Amino acid sequence: MAELTHKSNKAAHRAKLIRRTFPHIMLWIGIAIIVFPIYFIFSASSHTSAEILAAPMPLNIGPHLIENYRQALFEGTKNMGTPVLTMMKNSLIMALGISIGKIVISLMAAFAIVYFKFPLRNFCFWTIFITLMLPVEVRIMPTYKVISDLGMLNTYAGLILPMIVSATAVFLFRQFFMSIPREIAEASQIDGATPMEFFSHILVPMTRTPVAAMFVIQFIYGWNQYLWPLLITTKPEFYTLLIGINRMMSGADVQIEWQIAMATTLLAMLPPVLVVVIMQKQFIAGMTETEK
Amino acid sequence: MSKQYEFKAPILPYILVLPQMVIVFIFFFWPAAQAILQSFYLQDPFGGKMIFVGFQNYARLLVDPDYWQSFTVSTAFAVCITVGAMTISLFLAIQANKKIRFASFYKTMLIWPYAVSTLVAGAIWLFMFNPNVGVIAYVLKHTFHVDWQYLLNFNQAFLLLTLAATWKQLAYNFVFFLAGLQSVPAALIEAAEIDGASPSTRFWKIIFPMLSPTTFYLLVMNLVYGFFETFPIIHQITQGAPGKSTGILVYKVWRDGVINLDLGSSAAQSVILMLMVILLTVFQFRFIERRVTY
Repeated sequence: MAELTHKSNKAAHRAKLIRRTFPHIMLWIGIAIIVFPIYFIFSASSHTSAEILAAPMPLNIGPHLIENYRQALFEGTKNMGTPVLTMMKNSLIMALGISIGKIVISLMAAFAIVYFKFPLRNFCFWTIFITLMLPVEVRIMPTYKVISDLGMLNTYAGLILPMIVSATAVFLFRQFFMSIPREIAEASQIDGATPMEFFSHILVPMTRTPVAAMFVIQFIYGWNQYLWPLLITTKPEFYTLLIGINRMMSGADVQIEWQIAMATTLLAMLPPVLVVVIMQKQFIAGMTETEK
Repeated sequence: MSKQYEFKAPILPYILVLPQMVIVFIFFFWPAAQAILQSFYLQDPFGGKMIFVGFQNYARLLVDPDYWQSFTVSTAFAVCITVGAMTISLFLAIQANKKIRFASFYKTMLIWPYAVSTLVAGAIWLFMFNPNVGVIAYVLKHTFHVDWQYLLNFNQAFLLLTLAATWKQLAYNFVFFLAGLQSVPAALIEAAEIDGASPSTRFWKIIFPMLSPTTFYLLVMNLVYGFFETFPIIHQITQGAPGKSTGILVYKVWRDGVINLDLGSSAAQSVILMLMVILLTVFQFRFIERRVTY
């Protein structure tokens, strides 16, 4: 009898141990799935071209890390010749232009739609709403033609302007404005503030949190645009990092400077990842509140 | 919600919405209208001659086996990504939502890849699986004796694309499932536990139904991602190879328009894609209104 309880105790103990460690094991497997591919490219960015081409490449961190990143940042690959610094500047201008542009014009539009009564109010609201149904991917050629007719191929304006309409941002700000007590606007009126003074001195400062959330999401969105820059940039000095990566990796396998391409890939991940990690809280709040 | 205070100004609101409206009309409505118009014409790519051909561009597509092949492969691709990415993310979110040590570390580690772009995912997986230099390709060839040539083998190409696209989508789904799980009241689960419900009963009878709005939202978003946003992965890894077999619909619009300069057909394809997005959006909003409940 005593032995029996002992046995079942042992079994129970084991079951408990499994139940305790199971989530940890599974989560580590999940993290490994995410991290290993990135480790591979980091390792590749520390070796020479010859080492990688001799497959299998060594999986340690080689001695050529600094040299490769220096070449990537300041010179680029031989087949393309645009340094990462230039492309990073382009990506940054595009991502900041898109995210800030979206926030500014969406704040203005939401302010008009919530705080003013005007005949075309509903029309404006639905017009913005419909843009949700027309992503770039489905109107590739005609949008290209518009940009080319306007002479905006290979310009920052061409990269940024068509991307700064945002139904999501307008919705989020509209929602937020509607939740603000109406007494605040009334009081500003009694104090004799003009609508624009109310907007810039009271409303916008109150909207800090949703603006931060929007910034994270839209910065990443802007940074990660690919099809659009692929269509409208033909000059290397306007390539964004993602276009650059694609160009570096096209051609015959033996001619590709894999170590530089992989260093560039890692550098291209860095800014948006930093934004997410630093602003994780705002980011999660923004994601789950806006996209639904 | 009470109505918001309304300022009196006749012109100011128009000035405020003007930038948004101008951009919407120039870059959304005008091109969309152009696509519709162009889809009824044949245009020679170098001159500007347009010949009205009615529905001929559409008719050509409907009898084109390439188009149907592209449609089938897009659907298969989107479904595989959706099922794969949602299952794995839900499973991980459930684990991370348990009261365990290091939970916040795990969460951060699984959330940050949200910032990785689709093209970067393509570049990374291309590098690992490149038949000549890839580490995984090497293992497949030398340890498992697989004849790994994804540019010549449709199944291999499809598998590689699906893996890359699924990998990229994990973090997005994880964020939403985690938020969904956190909103399930703990008291409800504890009550079920006290009543003797097993973990699997607790999951299927309480957690999963309460998660249904999140699941449904993600279902639509993942299908949209699979159909429309995986262009960079295709463009980076296979460029439609072998043959045109992995050229999904969006890739085909791009190739027919930009590379082959068949503007009429590309426009007709754009219009069909627009209809698909509109259907998906309407579908989503109807359901969200009914709140997919428990």
